[in-house]
Amino acid sequence: MAFSGTERRRAEEIVARYPQSRSATLPLLFLVQDRDGWVTPQGIEDVADFLGLTPAVVLGTCSFYTMFKLSPVGKLVVSVCTNVSCLVNGGPQLHEHLRREYARSDDVFIEEVECLAACDRAPALQINYDFHGPLTGEQAVDLIERHRSGELTARTISGTATGGEV
Amino acid sequence: MAQETPVVTRFMRERPDDSWQFESARAYNAAYTRLERAFAMGPEAIVEAVQQSGLRGKGGAGFGTGQKWSFLPKGVFPRYLCINGDEGEPATFKDHMLTERDPHQLVEGAIITAYAIQANHAFIYLRGEFALGADRLQQAIDDAYAHGFLGKDIGGSGFDLELVLHRGAGCYIAGDETGLLSSLEGERAMPRIKPPFPAAQGLYAAPTVVNNIETISTIPWIIANGAEWYAGMGVNRSTGTRIFSVSGHVERPGNYEVELGMTFRELIEGLAGGVRDGKRMKFFIPGGASSPWLLPEHLDSPLDMDYAGSELRTMLGSGAITVFDETTDPLLVSWRLAKFYAHESCGKCTPCREGSSWIEKVLYRMVNGQGRPEDLDLLLSFGSNIVPGLNAPFAQTTICALGPSTMSHVVSLDRWFRDEIVARLERDTARRTSLEIVTVSAGADA
Ligand SMILES: Cc1cc2nc3c(=O)[nH]c(=O)nc-3n(C[C@H](O)[C@H](O)[C@H](O)COP(=O)(O)O)c2cc1C
Ligand code: SF4
Ligand code: FES
Repeated sequence: MAFSGTERRRAEEIVARYPQSRSATLPLLFLVQDRDGWVTPQGIEDVADFLGLTPAVVLGTCSFYTMFKLSPVGKLVVSVCTNVSCLVNGGPQLHEHLRREYARSDDVFIEEVECLAACDRAPALQINYDFHGPLTGEQAVDLIERHRSGELTARTISGTATGGEV
Repeated sequence: MAQETPVVTRFMRERPDDSWQFESARAYNAAYTRLERAFAMGPEAIVEAVQQSGLRGKGGAGFGTGQKWSFLPKGVFPRYLCINGDEGEPATFKDHMLTERDPHQLVEGAIITAYAIQANHAFIYLRGEFALGADRLQQAIDDAYAHGFLGKDIGGSGFDLELVLHRGAGCYIAGDETGLLSSLEGERAMPRIKPPFPAAQGLYAAPTVVNNIETISTIPWIIANGAEWYAGMGVNRSTGTRIFSVSGHVERPGNYEVELGMTFRELIEGLAGGVRDGKRMKFFIPGGASSPWLLPEHLDSPLDMDYAGSELRTMLGSGAITVFDETTDPLLVSWRLAKFYAHESCGKCTPCREGSSWIEKVLYRMVNGQGRPEDLDLLLSFGSNIVPGLNAPFAQTTICALGPSTMSHVVSLDRWFRDEIVARLERDTARRTSLEIVTVSAGADA
């Protein structure tokens, strides 16, 4: 498949910011994740091709970072913090509530995450990397549903503003 | 009544609705006017002034900022400036706020610092999850380019600077300065053995300075008001102000910028409103998850980086204070921290990779009523393979400080709650045994 014309121009722009092209690995992985909805084997290959690296090297970097999803996660990634400040403010309960609610959903992916640096809003969560909190289980479901229905606009699952830049 | 001393947080409070916008920052905060003064001083005088101010890094280690800059080998170019905005230390949320709400202050600090260390290429490594922060910081950088504060020949000074925002992708260890460099080079964020230190061989093996976002955001004010002004605030060798992120069971969680030297009590009870719901405090974490814990009896100690180390055997670290009330189970907090370290250990050093997950497993059984009376000693015994001697400030057998951090909370359990925990483990053990006996002999529910 390789990069299309616009993707290639965008990728060239990104690489040009760095003294060495390999530094563009993370931004290019965000680019292919936004294109395909997750980091597909094709995406890994495209990044590798473009940077002159092997797919194994790119996959090795990619798999180290939690924001890259190596299998489909749907349209909304909901990251619920259960670290210490959220722990004592209902974070684990919020996570459990959402995990059950969306256990069979294909388009909402619930994940437990480490401290989101929003402890003054505990229990805190992110929906495609937009911050929310403090929230009850019901408030969180309501918010997710409003994103799902299109009433609220979510970022991409890489946290990129829709229609914006990587 | 305790009061804040806002320096880096002043403008965002004055203009809460638009402090991140170029026009507002220019009109009401005189953004970028400190550049002229910096260019007139010249690089060496800036390094000198920052040294005189006593400014120490606000990322965790508290190393002298001007001193760090002075370590760059003479005459070796190119050099790089990398600004650490990875902010992953549990309970720390100040750089998040500084990026979203005053990105121009950060960009101005970046320009002055790059000029002082004579770097023509600088990077801000921002935690990937800070999406709004990335939007606003990128906008600030674009505006600074558009108005000639970045790029070629800034303000007619002859100084060129390219400033690049680099988003992380989710991992705590990229916050370690050498992990950050690996990540910025497109690799797994694995820390590197020091020496060589980044000042000698950092990004792309070139001389590099790594500083925290709050440290860099302070620089414009030292240039504007002078080294004496900054050194005149604070206490002993902890000069100036710091932002403390206070959270947990407090009435008013939030970021408070105060002069160092204030007491924990003034900060936690005065500013953050104390423990909420009329409860009493059981313990608090004074400097981010990696710092050993303190008790209510330590509340009258000063916020002084050196005092925290020598007298309290902990650290002010990242400036994150987490407060826990009397209903809190210290074993639960400890287990959750252990789980964090087990997840975030990069796996490069055996003691940290293996130790962190064993600590998590043993704490899991302890917190769930399956512990044994000797479990606390078991934790200390394998912990001493990661931290020889187990005495804070910790010795290190690992490449980075994450390894020792895995033991901070365990050492704290031992130091403050040993009797309570051992008694509980004995009770749990006795209950398990008698239950088994009762169940087997009589089929009854004890
Ligand atoms: C595991 C680990 C995580 C760290 N995370 C951060 C971080 O998120 N932000 C930060 O500024 N420093 C972090 N540090 C400290 C950095 O290594 C480095 O000391 C700091 O960025 C230097 O900046 P300063 O001198 O301005 O404080 C971390 C260190 C370790 C060992
Ligand atoms: S101490 Fe742990 S996190 Fe640090 S380099 Fe070693 S294995 Fe990685
Ligand atoms: S502990 Fe949950 S956001 Fe920090």
